Amino acid sequence: MNRGFSNTRYNPEDDKQQARRYQGPNVFLRLSKYLLAFRWTGLLAMLLVVAANVLALLGPYLSGKAIDAIHFDSVTKTANVDFPTVYRYCAYMVLFYLLSAGLSYIRSLVMTRFSQKITRRIRSESYNKLLSLPVAYFDKLQAGDVISRLSYDIDTINTSLTGDLVQILTSLITVTGAFVMMVSISWKMLLVFLITVPMSIFVTIKRSRMVRPLFRKRSAALGALNGYTEEILSGSKTIKAYGKEEEFARRYGVQNAQASEAYFMADYQAATIGPSVNFINNLSMAIISVAGACLFISGSMSFGAISAFILYGRKFSGPINEFSNILADLQSLRSASERVFTLMDEDPELPDDPDAVALTDVKGEIEFRNVKFSYVPEKEIIHGLSLKVPAGKTVAIVGPTGGGKTTIVNLLMRFYDRDSGVILLDGIPINKICRDDLRKAYTMVLQETWLMGGTVAENIAYGKKGATREEIEEAAKRAGIHKFILSLPKGYDTRMEDGGLNISKGQKQLLTIARSMLSDAKMLILDEATSNVDTRTEIKIEKAMLKLMEGKTCFVIAHRLSTVKNADMIMVVRDGDVVETGTHRSLLEQNGFYAELYRSQYV
Amino acid sequence: MKRIIDYCKPFAGMLTLMLCIKFIGTMMDLVIPYLLGYILDEVVPAKQIAPVFFWGGMMVLCALVAVFSNIFANRRIARISTDVVKKIRSDMFDKILSLSASQTDSFTVPSLVARMSSDTYSIHNMLNMTFRAGVRAPILLLGGILITLFIEPVLSLTLIAILPLMAIIVIYVSKKGIRLFKTKQKKVDRMVEKVRDTFTGIRVIKALSQVDHEKDSFGEINSDLSHSEEKANVTMAITPATVTLCLNLGMTAVVLLGAIRVQSGHATPGQILSFTSYFTIILNATLVLTRIFIAYSRGAASAERLSEVLDEKKDLVVLPPTEAEENGAFLEFRNVTFSYNKNIPTVENISFCLNKGGTLGIIGGTGSGKSTLIQLLMRFYDPDEGSILLEGRDLRTIPAAELKKCFGVIFQNDFLMADTLRENVSFGRQIDESDLKAAAESAQALSFIEALEDGFDYALTTKGSNLSGGQRQRVLISRALAGDPEILILDDASSALDYKTDACLRTALRENYKNTTKIVVAQRISSIRDADLILVLEHGKICGMGTDEELSESCEIYREIAQSQMGEMQL
Repeated sequence: MNRGFSNTRYNPEDDKQQARRYQGPNVFLRLSKYLLAFRWTGLLAMLLVVAANVLALLGPYLSGKAIDAIHFDSVTKTANVDFPTVYRYCAYMVLFYLLSAGLSYIRSLVMTRFSQKITRRIRSESYNKLLSLPVAYFDKLQAGDVISRLSYDIDTINTSLTGDLVQILTSLITVTGAFVMMVSISWKMLLVFLITVPMSIFVTIKRSRMVRPLFRKRSAALGALNGYTEEILSGSKTIKAYGKEEEFARRYGVQNAQASEAYFMADYQAATIGPSVNFINNLSMAIISVAGACLFISGSMSFGAISAFILYGRKFSGPINEFSNILADLQSLRSASERVFTLMDEDPELPDDPDAVALTDVKGEIEFRNVKFSYVPEKEIIHGLSLKVPAGKTVAIVGPTGGGKTTIVNLLMRFYDRDSGVILLDGIPINKICRDDLRKAYTMVLQETWLMGGTVAENIAYGKKGATREEIEEAAKRAGIHKFILSLPKGYDTRMEDGGLNISKGQKQLLTIARSMLSDAKMLILDEATSNVDTRTEIKIEKAMLKLMEGKTCFVIAHRLSTVKNADMIMVVRDGDVVETGTHRSLLEQNGFYAELYRSQYV
Repeated sequence: MKRIIDYCKPFAGMLTLMLCIKFIGTMMDLVIPYLLGYILDEVVPAKQIAPVFFWGGMMVLCALVAVFSNIFANRRIARISTDVVKKIRSDMFDKILSLSASQTDSFTVPSLVARMSSDTYSIHNMLNMTFRAGVRAPILLLGGILITLFIEPVLSLTLIAILPLMAIIVIYVSKKGIRLFKTKQKKVDRMVEKVRDTFTGIRVIKALSQVDHEKDSFGEINSDLSHSEEKANVTMAITPATVTLCLNLGMTAVVLLGAIRVQSGHATPGQILSFTSYFTIILNATLVLTRIFIAYSRGAASAERLSEVLDEKKDLVVLPPTEAEENGAFLEFRNVTFSYNKNIPTVENISFCLNKGGTLGIIGGTGSGKSTLIQLLMRFYDPDEGSILLEGRDLRTIPAAELKKCFGVIFQNDFLMADTLRENVSFGRQIDESDLKAAAESAQALSFIEALEDGFDYALTTKGSNLSGGQRQRVLISRALAGDPEILILDDASSALDYKTDACLRTALRENYKNTTKIVVAQRISSIRDADLILVLEHGKICGMGTDEELSESCEIYREIAQSQMGEMQL
């Protein structure tokens, strides 16, 4: 029974989604910290904005002077132009306009630099934060959603900062100027603004309250859409294989419609702010002119005063109009920042214990003492595991899938922390060891091969800083992948672009084996390390693998029991319990679960 | 850009209407100051109260018309630009899913993700900006120039003479800007790539304590991105600065020329004075226009990137059907040669036949071309030479929908999505509950699924990360079986299964899917030993073909593989 598109994704009506709302300190205060971090660039930008505004007033002044020098007697209709003065002021104008153009360009330069500095920092901080999150977090969040935060949301912050800051500053200057002028002309007329300005403020605040959740929904919905896009595009091959393009396009359509609707709803409500405030301004103009006319007719105000007041009134209301537009913009700034800050506020991996020790000289002795663990509370995966592995020995962990083998690795590396019990490395509880040191003590080859976007050589050298090309090639040779690398278009300098190269999973695994061969860690984790490598190649690299394991404490997880039979100790894990331990021989003799597993290989 | 305009065309009527309404709103905004002037100049000096109230009322009326028309038009315009972008996005998505594998490879997934997200936003911004400010500014500009023409044609022409120069600057800078914004978007691709890499590789990054390395590497990409954006913005900032300069210099020329014309009696200072006030309007309108051009350059760069995808020609076209050959074989590879890079062949001269309901085993070393054969069979790529025949029909003549229906497949590293188990198994197909259960049972997945509290409604996290490796593989096998496919392809599908489960799976396949033709790619001889036909691949060539028995006799490599796995028996 097909139940259609299930609802595990973003749903604007779902209140649970709101639970992960931003809960940190005031967004704007937090943003201002970034502004302050680059205060000198910012200050320079602000000064330039002010200077540009002052210059903007100077231009008309100069042209006014020039025009004043064009004398014209309207009675005799004869002109008497003071050409020297005209020339002089025109020369000033040219000079001044050149200056002003230069200044405004510099202002843009500085402003762009300022905003880019901020954007860069916010983006880096977000990404760095991402890296510090526990592994479990990556299982929950969608890559596409994070991409959306790093691109759309941070871009929104960027545009708002550049555009709005300049706007706010410009408006402030004009408003203050106009206000002073109006007070000096007639405080009575100012009473009109006592009605209309609060009205504008009221409308703006009310509206922005209304649009705030809409902008939040917009950001979240776009994030969800991008999450979905990224996920589905990652699986496009499978979708094509099943010929389900249309079905997934339909599902995308649902998400797309939701995101578009959220986008539109925010715009729809925000669209009223500008015109509404503009209306109030126009209204105030009408009231002023009527009131002014009344005052003039009753003789309590001069004509000149009215026209001047109206002139300044317009200057005054223009920026207020701008303010309201900015306020709408600030709502999108707020929701974008909230999403970025929410990411930044995720709980990182617990910091190292204050008395955590640095590891020097690792021997590699591991002990589990009554370790219990569960991913989800009340669903215990590991029930009281106790185990001691002497340094330099090899332990194989075998058992049916889903039995908890990989969980043991997760605990060893502290990707997850055990619920109770202790895990000791060289007699030190691992949660009392600096996490970085602990992890550096291991090298690992996992079933899930992972290569990054760089070149082949970079990928092998990953994990050992400053490895020479000789070392890299040597490792590749030992891992039996050297010839293959040479056959690539650019050999070791071939870039491992996503999907661009057709490297099989087995080849990738050999690359990661080469990678671990470069490492000099004292402990080695092989989680199905050769599951994708064919058995003949496996035999060819067996020596290298043995060399890799030499002198290291090794944890080997494998299904192919052939790879584990030489282990010093085999641990059979089933449903989170160690059901048998012993060597290959002794376990076969026991004729228990292991023996059964072993025989099943050859059915 | 042409494509974006095409997308707007269906809305042309509505858009024109809205722009007209915006025009009315704009006119009202212009009429109000005019009325204000009229009240001051004409009505107030008459010292009569009634006309003052009348004209004041008119102002309020105009203001009302303005507010309603602007709100109405803005909302409608927001609707239109949202709808346009929605359509673009969904067309992009359809197109991307219809791209062939090699086309997807050449775009790369991160770039496609960036195009779907970042590029569609900038187009949205461009549309909003253009539609909203695109009426008022040109009207003010044209209106302003028109009025100056009436005031003093000669002086006005001086100003007009500058317009072509400004146009050249704007066009030149925009062109440059488009290129720079395109470069910037390419850096966005790299950022997307990095974030995706981080998600898949976080365990390795942490295990190898490479967090700092990753931070540096992201920092580089980040500053690269930000610098290219800075460069684009700084370039675009040339426009407002130079355009203002041009206009201002033009204004200086007007004053200068005006002085001469006043002297010669052709103009009055009053005309020059009113010229200046209209000049302010023209200047402001031009500045808004330059802002539109900046948004345009951004949008055009993104539009190009979208067009690259949308204009991609249909690859892997379906050829007209030819007479089906009657040679009895259900599936035949005939001299197939293929190379990904069109240089060194990945697989070479592959020929074999398989009967309906038969099992084909493919075994061979890492990188020997096993998966490539599967990709060719599914027509993700077309062979460079030779042909593949399904029931005597060339694969290239079978419509995609018909072809894809035949297959149930599991790739290496296959795809699980953040959705319920049910959705992951049924994968958009109509599959009823009993079939779902049957498939899961054969795939050895039913027992663990039923042990889950939610059963088939258990919600997977992204990439199925809340299942173990073996569980994931069994869910994928369930998916492949659930459609009761004609051809079942298992590409290394049981590598994470322990032998016992694997053996149960094989038995179930043998018993429950008798009529299904099975193609099994494996590392383990035990997985393919019972196959009717086994291909042994080595460096892209067939070096042995036959049954287990035959190959054990004739094929050195097969024996070697067998030995490498049999060795474990002897202990």
